Amino acid sequence: MTGIEAHVLSIETAEPVRIRKRRGYWWAVWRRLLQDRVAMSCACVLVIIIAAAALAPLIVPAQAMKNSIAHRLLPILSDGHILGTDELGRDMLGRLVYGGRVSLLMGILPVLVAMLVGGTLGIFAGFTGRFINMLIMRLVDVFFAFPSVLLAVGLAGALGSGAVNCLIALSVVLTPAIARVAEAATTQIRSQGFIEAAVATGASRFQIITGHVLSNVIGPIVTYSSSQVSLAIVLASGLSFLGLGVSPPTADWGLMLNTLRQSLYVAPMNAVLPGLIILITSVCFNLFSDGLRSALDVKP
Amino acid sequence: MLLYVLRRALAVVPILFGVSVICFSLVHLGPGDAINAITPDNATPEVIAAIRKAYGFDRPLPIQYFDWLGLVLSGNLGTSILTGRSVAAEIVPAALHTSVLAVCAICVSLFAGLAMGMLAGFARQRWADRLVSSFAVLGVSVPHYWMGIVLVAVFSVKLGLLPAMGMGPATAISEFGLNDLKFIILPALTLSLIPTAIIARTTRATIAETRKNDFVQTLRSVGLGRRRIIWHVTKNAAPAILTVSGLQIAQLLGGSILVETVFAWPGTGYLLNTAITTRDLPLLQGTILVLATFFVLMNFIVDMLQPLCDPRIVRQ
Amino acid sequence: MTQVLAVERLGKDFKVSGGLLGPKGLVQAVDDCSFAVAKNEVLGLVGESGSGKSTLARLLMCLIRPDRGRIVLENAAVDARSADERRRVLSRVQMVFQDSYASLNPRHTAAAEVAFGLAARGEPRRAAERQACEALALVGLTPNLFAERYPHELSGGQRQRVNIARAIALSPKILILDEAVSALDKSVQAQVLNLLGDLKRTLGLTYLFISHDLEVVRYVSDRIVVMYLGKVMEIGSVDVVYDAPAHPYTKALISSRLTTDPKRRTSAAPVTGDPPSPINPPPGCRFSSRCPIAEPICRAREPKLSSLRRDPHHLTACHAHITDSGHSLASARKSEGNP
Repeated sequence: MTGIEAHVLSIETAEPVRIRKRRGYWWAVWRRLLQDRVAMSCACVLVIIIAAAALAPLIVPAQAMKNSIAHRLLPILSDGHILGTDELGRDMLGRLVYGGRVSLLMGILPVLVAMLVGGTLGIFAGFTGRFINMLIMRLVDVFFAFPSVLLAVGLAGALGSGAVNCLIALSVVLTPAIARVAEAATTQIRSQGFIEAAVATGASRFQIITGHVLSNVIGPIVTYSSSQVSLAIVLASGLSFLGLGVSPPTADWGLMLNTLRQSLYVAPMNAVLPGLIILITSVCFNLFSDGLRSALDVKP
Repeated sequence: MLLYVLRRALAVVPILFGVSVICFSLVHLGPGDAINAITPDNATPEVIAAIRKAYGFDRPLPIQYFDWLGLVLSGNLGTSILTGRSVAAEIVPAALHTSVLAVCAICVSLFAGLAMGMLAGFARQRWADRLVSSFAVLGVSVPHYWMGIVLVAVFSVKLGLLPAMGMGPATAISEFGLNDLKFIILPALTLSLIPTAIIARTTRATIAETRKNDFVQTLRSVGLGRRRIIWHVTKNAAPAILTVSGLQIAQLLGGSILVETVFAWPGTGYLLNTAITTRDLPLLQGTILVLATFFVLMNFIVDMLQPLCDPRIVRQ
Repeated sequence: MTQVLAVERLGKDFKVSGGLLGPKGLVQAVDDCSFAVAKNEVLGLVGESGSGKSTLARLLMCLIRPDRGRIVLENAAVDARSADERRRVLSRVQMVFQDSYASLNPRHTAAAEVAFGLAARGEPRRAAERQACEALALVGLTPNLFAERYPHELSGGQRQRVNIARAIALSPKILILDEAVSALDKSVQAQVLNLLGDLKRTLGLTYLFISHDLEVVRYVSDRIVVMYLGKVMEIGSVDVVYDAPAHPYTKALISSRLTTDPKRRTSAAPVTGDPPSPINPPPGCRFSSRCPIAEPICRAREPKLSSLRRDPHHLTACHAHITDSGHSLASARKSEGNP
């Protein structure tokens, strides 16, 4: 670069300039998201639910979680139990808070795993030659050929009950769709002019993927994955409802639905409570991901 | 056209093959072998080995797979460990029951979903649109098995109008009388929840999208009345809507397990549940295979129906 | 002249598939192309769309591999299969693309985009960014104002300058400009062309200037190569080719230029007929179906690129200018012939 350096000395702005990403794309996305009232209120609700679940040992008095035959199935707004008690006399609100730990984890973790595995698979497939691409995508199609519930139940059933098996089953169910989204986005980006220009600079495939492809593909992947969280939570509690998840006495929203079902005729309001919190969480995740999609969608 | 069908049919074969591989391997995933349920608890290693040899479990997996595939293709899906009858004999009546439920559910979904979607899509007022969209979001977020429980709580427990579960006194669907129809209502309603929401959402979106097209402007400027324009827009939006509807029908059959568990409806989903809780692996395997194959074939049929709605597809 | 880059009988085919059971064909995007680029010159490459210009550019950048022929860079043949060879080419040759917006990553700032290539070469991040800013300054974009801008915050001319900066930041000796100014407004074109001229002098570059715009090519080039349907039709110094074109296609191109100068009216025959299908081209001269002086020999045999008798540096692929070719105009070069 000696020729250029010599020439630059004659240009007055010769001092080195630090690159500051002043008003970047992600900054604009963040701003738009903050202005979306629906998405923000849903985010607040979710933060409350997640925080409560995370801090469960600190906010739920140990007394509330003890079995008490005398206080079985107390109705909502009873003395000392705002949401009543369950079939073993434990405080419903405390159980729901504790249950959030398992249920939320079982919903969010598979999505993260699927994002990682599916995203990598999809980007790789999108960037390699036609034969490997076809191979990978056909494999994805085979898993896609199962209805999600069926595959989840089948895998969890075959693997055996337990939280880890459920996680594995859900991750396998969610990966194909994310892989497809990643592959489609990568293939679309790959045909763009700046990718050819990047290849022309002599960069390796890996450098191009990390330097150019990733920043453009992460948007669609994250959007789609966030829309899958609510599905994952519902599926996870469905698996628990069938008895395929954690076993009692661990608290879990789906499992609570199952155990409270027997008390449906005696205390119908209590029996439907766990489902309500699943519904609220699911709706909030859905609306938030819609907001995220809108924020990411607008061209810079 | 024939070429189109052939090409699509060719693409389905490897998918079915892959599905069968996955179904086969399901049995070998869990802890212990498929023979765990057969062997007595205090069996010595020699007995276990003998049983394994007798059932052919000591052979390499690919060979076991092809043997199994051969049996399946000739109609033999194995024997249920629980009942001792052939798996096929268990599945057929269950499939019938599920089909009845699914058909009812899909009728409700199509009717309600299309109506809502078209109302929202063609509506001039924002509130109709908002209402349907909110319903759609709720519909896809709600755990539908929970909805079933809620419906039972309202209509059975509190109001005592409808039965909470089961198929009624009839043991088979052929013995269904008019009196027994009330057993279908709640399960069908519950099952129809998600498809209704998705069909409504897709219909609304497609119609709103199609209305923005320039050809609608042209029709309006030519002087076509509102009803005729609605007809034209619907015709254009039909392919997308039909695709989604078809896919939802297919999903229903695969995803009925939770609803059937809530209502103790003796369908394939209930069968699946039984197979899992009793670890009846042949039954589990056979049921999943049948359901998944049906799903793939339904998708294929939906694909085939596409050119009828949209002639552009064949001329790719 | 010292050759820096030479192309010998280069050929590249593309398969055209008609689906699984449809008709197949072969498009000879480039065939039997030979020319050389001298040090520090500007070689113009003109042709219509479909003439193979862009394919040629990509072949030279080793973005695609030739099917026939070879490329010689600095007197060493390039083996396109070897990654090391490709790296060697890319360290000497760089390209500026036509679509200034599509060539820039919408998520990268100008400096980040220019620095990417440097970082890919192994430069540490700070050094790469510094050199990127220097390159931006060199193309007239003050780093303080432009380094942090995104493509949507730049005008067409500024974006193209960023593209140029990206190319020269890698210190190439040869720059391929693939319709680099074609998408710009005329006034901006002039600015960018002047910039390119300055850079060439300052950095001692050699240019391959590809364009379909004859006036621009005349303005910048020293010599010119005319292509048609993947074949070279004429090569010569720009004044000679523009004032006294030898090939009928070149004549038609030159005379089709719009001009307000009444002295430049010409009676040369315009290009008629349809171009043949590029798939499975017929034998013989590719221009024969539209050539006003075409004869049976033209449709039977392809004319080889050969130099004119009066000027060894002026080459053309036309039977009318090859002695003993069988063409009625071949042995005599009296005037603009009319059969």
